[in-house]
Amino acid sequence: MAAGIRSPHTLLDIKGLRTQFGSGRNPVNAVQGIDLQIGAGEILGLVGESGSGKSVLALSILRLIQSPGRIIGGSILFDGKDVLAMSNRELSGWRGRDIGIIFQQPQSCLNPVRRIGWQVAEPLRQQEKLSRKAAWDKAVTLLRSVGIPAPEEKALAYPHQLSGGQAQRVMIAVALALRPRLLIADEPTTALDVTIQAQILELLRDSCRDFGTSLMLVTHDLGVVARLADRVAVMYAGRIVEEGPVAPMLTAPSHPYARGLLDAAPRLGQMGGLRLRDIPGSIPDLSQPMPGCAFAPRCELRANLGLSACLGELPPFIPISEHHAARCWALPQADGIYSTPMTMGTRA
Amino acid sequence: MSTVVLEEPIVAIIPRWRVMAGKLLRNRAAVVGGSVVLALLLLAAFAPWIAPYDPFKINPVQRLKPPSFQHWFGTDEVGRDLLSRIIFGTRYFLLICLITASISATIGTLLGLIAGAGSALTDSIIMRIIDILLAFPYILLVLVVVAILGPSLWTGMAAVGIAGIPGYARLVRSSVLTVKREDYVTSARALGASDAEILFGTVLPNVMSPLIVYLAFATPLSALIASALSFAGLGTQPPAPEWGAMLVNSRTYLFSAWWAVAAPGMALFISIFGMNILGNGLRDVLDPRS
Repeated sequence: MAAGIRSPHTLLDIKGLRTQFGSGRNPVNAVQGIDLQIGAGEILGLVGESGSGKSVLALSILRLIQSPGRIIGGSILFDGKDVLAMSNRELSGWRGRDIGIIFQQPQSCLNPVRRIGWQVAEPLRQQEKLSRKAAWDKAVTLLRSVGIPAPEEKALAYPHQLSGGQAQRVMIAVALALRPRLLIADEPTTALDVTIQAQILELLRDSCRDFGTSLMLVTHDLGVVARLADRVAVMYAGRIVEEGPVAPMLTAPSHPYARGLLDAAPRLGQMGGLRLRDIPGSIPDLSQPMPGCAFAPRCELRANLGLSACLGELPPFIPISEHHAARCWALPQADGIYSTPMTMGTRA
Repeated sequence: MSTVVLEEPIVAIIPRWRVMAGKLLRNRAAVVGGSVVLALLLLAAFAPWIAPYDPFKINPVQRLKPPSFQHWFGTDEVGRDLLSRIIFGTRYFLLICLITASISATIGTLLGLIAGAGSALTDSIIMRIIDILLAFPYILLVLVVVAILGPSLWTGMAAVGIAGIPGYARLVRSSVLTVKREDYVTSARALGASDAEILFGTVLPNVMSPLIVYLAFATPLSALIASALSFAGLGTQPPAPEWGAMLVNSRTYLFSAWWAVAAPGMALFISIFGMNILGNGLRDVLDPRS
């Protein structure tokens, strides 16, 4: 599976998705026209710095955006079903059963006044109509499968009695209890310490492989992506700026922002007194209209090449190889490649 | 499925209620308050066996006798044994607590949940109604309800119960507003829980702590107001051995037979004080910041 970049069956198909926060004169455009596909069984890494709209995109896919946020355009198809047209009732049946999500802070995602066994068993009771006993037994089995020691006893524990790593294991058990076809993991290891991170990532990958679940891994950690993902999309200021298979994306990214991210990540063996390169500046104000490339004000390449188009016009996706494309006006000049602009949607 | 080696500590599992019970038992005020409440419950349950006399039996020969070995608390103006009347009075006291708390807590909690979790419009409508109720002085509100329904034990309790609704509604609404933004609520929604399941399965259990504490404070106050209603002749009617009603009858003998006022007065004072300090203890135990 790891070799196949895109399996023939597209599970999630997002086109032109736009999510906005706040109202009045200057609403914040957190997600501005995202096209993204995830295939069945695929692991997609979604990378970007804080404030790039990764989490908003994740919540938008599940339609969990709460007021004052709202989805204002685009379409989300899950296995051909239009998610944005679903009623509340349909959403309830779809969430948990077909799609699951785990968040960054596992301990705050568990209900503090309920035993963890109850929390794993409850969706089974509600959605699969299992009896209390059967659901509890299955919960214990699930807790064992995610590596919780002595699960019969641990099922009786309350969330505050768990360590962060154990809590995230429980969250994975909860999210995978109904064997969803897509799991979105929003920074699943950011709150955990490094040794536990590796275990949790391994568990996520293995669980998803075992259940045939697709995984969308939202993270700012390129190491996490390198370890797990088949394909990577880099997000900046509410848009995807580059998308491609994991190998070229992590060795030779094309978009100046993706390159900057890579340069800013510490690597073993290269650290001999060298300072990490940072990207000067910060994410632009998303409530202001941006006609051009959102990264242009911070882009060194643009400054070096003296490009004027970057600030005025949004670059289209320019293909680099068959499944690899980036939104950058400098690509043709910098790498000597030029192709007719095409969108992600038609590439699929 | 690959098994992963774990190096995380196994935390001892002690049921939550036992931790709470342990904390409560170490809190002296709570133990005293709890004992008072327990005593009230036992007296009410076994009143006919504990009370030395019939609380309604009139004995003109023994009228207004001071406390003695025959009548520990003395007798009232028609010679009824005050101790027996106090003991039977616990039944009225607890009944009033139960009914008023049920009315205010159930309706108030429900309104608070709906206001806190519902749309902005629902919230405004419910809270404006609550504001209107709060705009009346508490006792006036009670009197209005009694005036509409007519004076009796049951209408008195209903009036006090209704007057208590706004407090619960505001408390629950504010707790819901905090809880509904928590990650575990989003998490539950992401697992396909419906609005009702989230409201009653996730949000309600998390607003229980402040609710229990408020219940322990508001209930004895309701009982006091209900007794005040009886005192004003608008609640329980004589000859029922309700403490407030007993006070009315004996107030005219305050200077000649102090015990006839002291007995129901002290009974009210100790019961309400006991419930209040139990409430204090509960707050200390249930407050997650402690």
